[in-house]
Amino acid sequence: MASSHGTPPVFNNKVIAWIDHRLPIFSYIEKEYHTFPTPRNFNYFWNFGAIATVMLVLMIATGVVLATNYTPHVLMAFDSVERIDRDVPQGWLIRDLHMNGASFFFIAVYVHIFRGMYYGSYKAPRELLWILGVVIFLLMMATAFMGYVLPWGQMSFWGATVITNLFSAIPVVGESIVTWLWGGFAVDNPTLNRFFALHYLLPFIIVAVVALHVVALHVHGSNNPTGIDPKGPQDTVPFHPYYTMKDGFGVVVFLIVFAGFAFFAPDYMGHPDNYIPADPLVTPAHIVPEWYFLPFYAILRAIPDKLGGVLAMFGAIAVLFILPWLDTSRVRSSTFRPIYKWFMLVLVVDVVVLGFCGANPPEGFWVPLSQVATLYYFFHFLILLPVLGKIERPLPLPPSIADSVLKKKAV
Amino acid sequence: MVATGALAGVGAAAVAWPFINNLNPAADTLALSTVEVNVQPIQVGQAVTVKWRGKPVFIRHRTPEEIKEAEAVPMSALPDPESDNKRVTDSAKKVRPEWLIMIGVCTHLGCVPLGNKPGDPKGEYGGWFCPCHGSSYDTSGRIRKGPAPKNLEVPEYLFSTDSLVRIG
Repeated sequence: MASSHGTPPVFNNKVIAWIDHRLPIFSYIEKEYHTFPTPRNFNYFWNFGAIATVMLVLMIATGVVLATNYTPHVLMAFDSVERIDRDVPQGWLIRDLHMNGASFFFIAVYVHIFRGMYYGSYKAPRELLWILGVVIFLLMMATAFMGYVLPWGQMSFWGATVITNLFSAIPVVGESIVTWLWGGFAVDNPTLNRFFALHYLLPFIIVAVVALHVVALHVHGSNNPTGIDPKGPQDTVPFHPYYTMKDGFGVVVFLIVFAGFAFFAPDYMGHPDNYIPADPLVTPAHIVPEWYFLPFYAILRAIPDKLGGVLAMFGAIAVLFILPWLDTSRVRSSTFRPIYKWFMLVLVVDVVVLGFCGANPPEGFWVPLSQVATLYYFFHFLILLPVLGKIERPLPLPPSIADSVLKKKAV
Repeated sequence: MVATGALAGVGAAAVAWPFINNLNPAADTLALSTVEVNVQPIQVGQAVTVKWRGKPVFIRHRTPEEIKEAEAVPMSALPDPESDNKRVTDSAKKVRPEWLIMIGVCTHLGCVPLGNKPGDPKGEYGGWFCPCHGSSYDTSGRIRKGPAPKNLEVPEYLFSTDSLVRIG
């Protein structure tokens, strides 16, 4: 059954051979996940695609089970979630895995995005691969937001109110869009119903886009820490067993940390106000979204104008779509970009600062700080990236991946 | 070919319409559209919150000072210029400056502003203050400071007697 890359595999098992002759799924798996030539120099940052995939599967599995006990009605939703926590056998576990799974899915995806940005994985010929990734990110945000509404606590209700109202800033059609989202005059039962339907639907659309993301990835193969293309067999190893093992190891380590939170601190990343049933007449003193939205929430609040804030917030994600064309440098990996490397880390600090701004009330020094951080965010993408690519002198690239690996060993 | 394509386009739009219209409020949701309130027990300086169409409605019995303050504001100081007089006129065109009736939903992103309860912060302009993103409204419910673009919305209402008001 083992085969070198390029020749079609021969299956000894007659059943497998019979199926594969008619529907070549085994050939596909063999080609794309076994012999698939993969750069030999991946570091642990390259684990996070696999980790994110595992989290997506975990979210769908726990979500389907939760849906069997959840009631999407304003009078029953909160109690049905409490019942899952208290009365349903193992309900607490499934819910804690789902709740914390969302956070850890975002952790994996944020590291994955950082990896792509630091090592220039979005550059030609992987622009569409990157754009599909941004689409997945957007779909994840929509799914996570609607999922957070379902327990119908105070933060669910008021988060839903604030986020749906964002669309009212759009001129002319804004109010109609908000009414369509609500199905009424305010966030109410029709809203909860449709959010539940969409929260169940969107993950499967994410699966479809992930499939496209993987197909696009396998056209030119993975990028690698040097950012230079493999030039021959000496630069690559077969995906299995090398990276199935390495990914497997990374997944296990990640899941240990995840399980630590799910079992010992399940509410650490949540907000206590969401254990108060939703009350449409009382706004909590301080509305905050889940942690993974905080940087974008800070950008929204940094601009003292409704439409401007909404545009800046969506712009912060929209700018990622055109990232492959904003970066004018021909060198992919930051390893060989002595100036950009530091600015990339400054951007990470900037996003973390925005996160803290988003978590704190919009008063005092948090307001100017969030404004400066927002300005820097857009400066990085719109001015720094195009200009730096032209003026920066990159370090000499190694002749090949094999060279870079073997030289490092010798030192 | 063009005619076929155009007809297919019309057909597609006709099929899409029921799906989009399905998102609009249902008849039973629309039916919950009026509420009657007896304002007699509300003392001068007090305010109450009633629920209408799933949203809070503020009814404030304003003090003479609050009325004077609201009337004295020059239009040029308002981001969304509107006279106080206009905001306290019911649908029968009767002006009652002592009764300010508004939808208690911040025009920024829909939070309920504070200022209706005695201990609440009322903001820099003595009206309402939205804790979510810091918008301040004056004693006429007009936006004065912060990210909200418009004044608090005044719903349609009618005083059937001096003490009974119908909202909606």
